[in-house]
Amino acid sequence: MKTTGSGFWQTATLLLVGVGIVLFALSGFLTPLLGTVLSPLVNVQEWLATRYMAVYEFVTVPRDVATLRARNQQLEQEVTSLQAQIIELQQQLREAQVLYALLDFARSNPQGGQYVAAAVIGKDPNPFLKYVFIDRGSDDGLRRGMPVITNQGLVGQIDAVTATAARVRLITDPSSIVNVRIEPHRSEAQLVGSVTGDLTVEMVSQDAPLQPGDLVLTSGLGGTYPADLLIGQVISVRKQSNELFQSASVQPVVDFSTLQAVLVITNFRPVDFSPLIPTSVP
Amino acid sequence: MLISLLGIPIFTLLLMLQLAIVSRLPLLQGTADLMLLFVIAWSLHERVKHAWQWTLIGGTLVSLVSATPFFVPLIAYLVATAIGRLLQRQVWQTPILAMLLMTFVATILYHGITYLALFFNGTALPIQESISLVTLPSTLLNLIFALPIFVIVNDLAHWVYPVEVI
Repeated sequence: MKTTGSGFWQTATLLLVGVGIVLFALSGFLTPLLGTVLSPLVNVQEWLATRYMAVYEFVTVPRDVATLRARNQQLEQEVTSLQAQIIELQQQLREAQVLYALLDFARSNPQGGQYVAAAVIGKDPNPFLKYVFIDRGSDDGLRRGMPVITNQGLVGQIDAVTATAARVRLITDPSSIVNVRIEPHRSEAQLVGSVTGDLTVEMVSQDAPLQPGDLVLTSGLGGTYPADLLIGQVISVRKQSNELFQSASVQPVVDFSTLQAVLVITNFRPVDFSPLIPTSVP
Repeated sequence: MLISLLGIPIFTLLLMLQLAIVSRLPLLQGTADLMLLFVIAWSLHERVKHAWQWTLIGGTLVSLVSATPFFVPLIAYLVATAIGRLLQRQVWQTPILAMLLMTFVATILYHGITYLALFFNGTALPIQESISLVTLPSTLLNLIFALPIFVIVNDLAHWVYPVEVI
């Protein structure tokens, strides 16, 4: 019974001391003391944690590097595959854009009539000549002399046809001559190609107020091309008072180096003047 | 006869490569001419016995496809073959040098004939621009392509004309 009473007082004392410490701690009286005691303990804990992490990394990192390498390789393969897909999709997008542009042009020019779309499949092997080959021929209604355009402007004229392909003479060919009208002053002139692929308007009257920025369109004269097809823009004028005509360099609206798809105007037939040309009678 | 006809698919394949790829890879305004290089390499090879027939096939194919007037490619290829066969008999020990020499000469010759043909056809080209922007770049490209074509033609000649073991 004595022991039980002594135990009770001991417990009560400890409880009181504990409650007292808690109350002191809550009221802030023990903060300096706790700080003094806990600071070295925290330092020791930190030291231990750092050493433990070092040992842990030493043991586990080699396995992680192997895992990371495998994962890296897998991701690199995925990146390569995705890049290939992107390139393929970009290519398809470019082709689709070209075809959509041609389709838009054909829809927005209902008065122009009938068009046949064709892909450019080759270029003449002779570097002096500016001809391309397209994948449509007489089976698709193509005939010699039909004008070839893109949604941007005039490309050229069909020069030769087989059943499934055709050869197109570009307006940049040295032998190409197109009758043109220069806007806004409506001057008539001739557009000629060259061996370098540059375009020049010649035979422009000295009175014409030719200046950079003027638009060059087909005039329809001669019946070789329909009128009002855009060709390009004047970039520089050569005018000398001692010459009969002035001339100018023309920047074509069509980029002939990246020509992929074209439209052939199938309801336009060039006028054949040959019966009207007088021949010498023997 | 069969060996001569073998030239048709080979030149057709070469022509397709020429139209679709090589002609679209210009240096200034000049392009390489695979058909001409093949004709030269074929005519220079000592084992080849049907050089003229193959040249006729290649020249006719190019003349039919190209807009060049008066069958100029055929004429130029035949002249190149004639010079090549002559050279093959004279300088038989250094075929690679002969190939490079022939490439240079044949390209100049082909472009010269083309220039004259276009001139007589009514298209007068400025000679200085033609040489500096077309002929010289084309010659350089042909010289670059000459060695690989020579190697390919060499292998083809060994395949078409195998050594007879007695």
